[in-house]
This record gives sequence, structure tokens and C-alpha cells, in this order.
Amino acid sequence: MEFLTYKFLQNAILASFLGGISCSLIGVFVITMEMPFLGVAMSHSAFAGAILGLLIGVNPFLMALIFCFFTAILIGPLSDRAEFNPDTAVGIIFSVMIGVAFLLLAMIPGPKTEALSLIWGSILTITRRDVVLMAIISGIVVLLITLFFKELQAIIFNREIARSVGIPERPIYYGILFLSGAVISANLNTIGGLLIFSLIINPAASAYQLTYNLKKMFLLSSCFGVFSCLLGLFFSSLFNMPAGAVIIISSSIIFLICLLFSPKKRVMKGNYE
Amino acid sequence: MNPIIELEKVTISYRENVALKDISLKVFPGEFIVVAGPNGAGKTTLLTAINGLGKLLKGKVRVNGVIMSARTATYIRKITGYVPQVLRIDPRMPINVREAVMLGRYGRIGVLRRLSLRDEKVVDEAINLTKIRHLLTRPIGHLSGGELQKVSIARAISQEPQILLLDEPLSNLDISAQEDILRLIEEVHRSKNLTTLMVMHYLNLLPRSATRLILLKNGNLIFDGPLQEGLKEDILSHLYDCRVEVIKNEEGVLVRVKR
Repeated sequence: MEFLTYKFLQNAILASFLGGISCSLIGVFVITMEMPFLGVAMSHSAFAGAILGLLIGVNPFLMALIFCFFTAILIGPLSDRAEFNPDTAVGIIFSVMIGVAFLLLAMIPGPKTEALSLIWGSILTITRRDVVLMAIISGIVVLLITLFFKELQAIIFNREIARSVGIPERPIYYGILFLSGAVISANLNTIGGLLIFSLIINPAASAYQLTYNLKKMFLLSSCFGVFSCLLGLFFSSLFNMPAGAVIIISSSIIFLICLLFSPKKRVMKGNYE
Repeated sequence: MNPIIELEKVTISYRENVALKDISLKVFPGEFIVVAGPNGAGKTTLLTAINGLGKLLKGKVRVNGVIMSARTATYIRKITGYVPQVLRIDPRMPINVREAVMLGRYGRIGVLRRLSLRDEKVVDEAINLTKIRHLLTRPIGHLSGGELQKVSIARAISQEPQILLLDEPLSNLDISAQEDILRLIEEVHRSKNLTTLMVMHYLNLLPRSATRLILLKNGNLIFDGPLQEGLKEDILSHLYDCRVEVIKNEEGVLVRVKR
């Protein structure tokens, strides 16, 4: 257990824990509200924003956050309009952002180690400051889900019905979009901009196979998220593998197992727990 | 008596199509109104004008004395129960029937507040009235069309509304379920003293409590009056652009295309 006294490892374990929780909680919204496009667009905007931050010498997290906010403002109204398929909007935003990101990447002079780590993530090199930031964002996510659980449940069920019973659906929906932006920005240098999408989708998709209860789904999703992250950390520190890649592979394996053993495949009347 | 719903020259449009043109009408407390018309006539839009889900282009909507605006829409929605057309629900949706009924209360309760004992009681009453107690633990995605409609109605009742808006509640149901839901709607209307507007696609299964008929065509109001007066061959032939036959007897009304 002596290795646990290493500061970088402590940071990495904390980051796995916090990243796993926050991403997989956001994932529950992405999966249940059928908006996987959101995660794709957000993660690439955050990525482009962070690289711009590195280029102009502004805090990459802050720039990622700003980019995410603008993406949310853009996606929100587009997905509200029936005449515009949100996937089309996201396809455009996604490709523009990835183009911008690589353009900016090419403009960074000298070695691009820091920028490249935003693509793949580097869980072993993150600082205590990063961990504190992740802790704050994860805390906010957990707090908001607890406080607004009943409204979120209604919106997950159906946005139009939530609005029709007098729930302030729009502000809460936009809150979800912004929150996912904040979570993605905070986790960018741990998991990496290209891989974070899977950490959002996979644990929640796995939990979705197992339960008909939303609270349990949040709980299971965060367990899967944390487990995948710790597994990623374990392999990356032991065998010098890229942590992000291991996280994605392990969370995908969890998903496959859940899919295979999903009780939802054989629905028995009267037994839905 | 003051009207509970008042539309003044209301126009609503989606993209370049005008969904409702210059509609004015008054609805009085306790009325049961059937809204009918061909596809795309603006029937659903009329309902969404009343609960503020549709965006007003011109005109004024007043519900329970309150003029509809971005600020007052939430209040109006809280006193208006809305049963939309049958929804497509993912069978894996992690929400059960009880939760789906309960969320009708959430608007009234308000954010950051929990359900009180009274809220629980109101929800329980709605569950009893709609006879869905045996379904409560079922996932919402596992219900039949008729069961889903009952849950929707229970959700609307648990809002303790003054107005009930129903959008084609009998569509996609088998004839027995249609009869079942129609009786339920009439019972709810009567026992809760509601003002009810019900959009209907077929005029063969009309609620006995309905007294007034509103007919819409291409966003225009072409008839608004007593139910029996509207069920005439010339009016309905003009409405549907084909020769319509109306057969009335003591059992009810049969409306069909003349062959």
C-alpha cells in the first residue's frame, strides 16, 4: 500500500473517482432523453475551447467551459424546433469544432504535449488543482440532481408533459445542457476530449439495461463509471497504457455484460425491480 | 357568468403554415366541448393555444381571468390538465406508473419542495378514479394504449385542474378500450366539475355529456354551436370535402362517407 502515498497517484485515484461519478451521472440524462448527440458536440467543443486556451494563454478549463456554453445555447433552441433535426445541427457543430481544434493545434508553436494530452487525457499527470475543480463540479452535479430530482424525472419522462403540468422545463433543460458542458470541461485533461464521450454514454447505457428505477439508474451508472475509471488507472499505471483507452474499453465490456444479462430482455409480469 | 377560457383573434403558425387563423371563442365553466375537423385543421393547436404550449403569433388568450404571457403560462398550465395524443415511450424507460401519475402534481408543488400527505392523497384519488391501482409498479413503457391513456388522465386529474384538454384520447384504441376511456372521461368531467375540451377524430363515439361542437378546417372556425346542430350532413360534407352521411338514432350518431 506504500504506492498510495505518492501524491500523483492520490490525485489520479481521486480524479478517477470524481470523473467517473460526474460523467456517468450526466450520461443518465444523455441516455434517457435520447440525446447522444449532445455528448459528442459538447466534448468536441470543450476540446476546441481548451486548445484555444492553450494557444492564447488563457486557462484551458475556462475556455472549454465558454465553448460548451455557446454550444449549449446553439443546440438547445435547434433541438426544440421540430423542423430541424438536432442530429444535423450537431453534425455541423461537431465537424466545425473538430476542424477548429486541429487548426488551433497546428498553430501552437513547439512541442504540443499539453495540447495532445487533451485528446487522449493523462490521468497520472493531473494536479491537485484539477482535482479540486473536479470535486466542485461533481459536488454541484450531485447536489442539483438531489434538489431537482422530481422535476428531472418529469423532464426525462417527456419534456412536453413536464411543461404542460407547469414545471419550468426550459430553464431546467438548459441547466442540464450547461451542466454537461461543465462536467466535460472539468474532465477534459483526465479522460481526453476524444474519449470522454464514451465515459458519458457507456456507464449510463449499462445501467439502463438493468433497472426500471431512475434513482437506481443514477446509482448504478456512477458505480460503473467509477469502476471503469479505476480499472483504467490501474492498467495505465501498471502497464503504462493510455488510461483513457482502458477506461473506454472496460466501460464498453461492462456495457456488453449488462446487455447480455439484462432482465429487460425477458420481461416477467409483476416483477420489475 | 364569466368565461373560463377566452380566445380573441388568435393566430398561431408553424413555419409558413398558419395553424389557427383569427380564432375567437368563449368557453364557460362546466362546458364539455368536442373539437373536430380533418387532419391538419388546427385541432391540437387550439388546445396548445389554451395551455400555452403553442406560440401565439397574434391575438389574446385569457384563462381563468389571466392573460396568457411568458410569465403567466406556468400558472395557466398548473390549472389545466393536458392529455396529449398517445406517446411513444421507450419500453426500458426507468419510470413506473405511480411516478408517471405523480408528476402531474410536481408543477403545483413547485421546485425544491417535497410531496405532502395531501399531495399523496390527491394522487391516490386519481389512481382510484381511473382504476389503475393494479398497474402502479409497472414500468410506464410496458402498458397497452388504453392503460397508457388512463395513466395520462390520472396524471391530469392529480393536477387538480379546472380545465381538461384531451387530444384524440380514443385514437389507436380497440373498440372496447374506446368505450372504457370515454366513460372514464365523462365520469372525470362530471365528478371533478371540469371544463373539458376534447379533440376527436371520429364522430361516431361522442360523449353523452358533450353539449357543444367546434369544427375547424384549415385553421378556420367553421362551426361553433350546440352539438346536435353541428352534426348535419351539409356542415360535415363541407368540413371533410366529401359527401357525408349522418345517421341518428336513440343509440347515438353514425357519421360516415356516403357511398
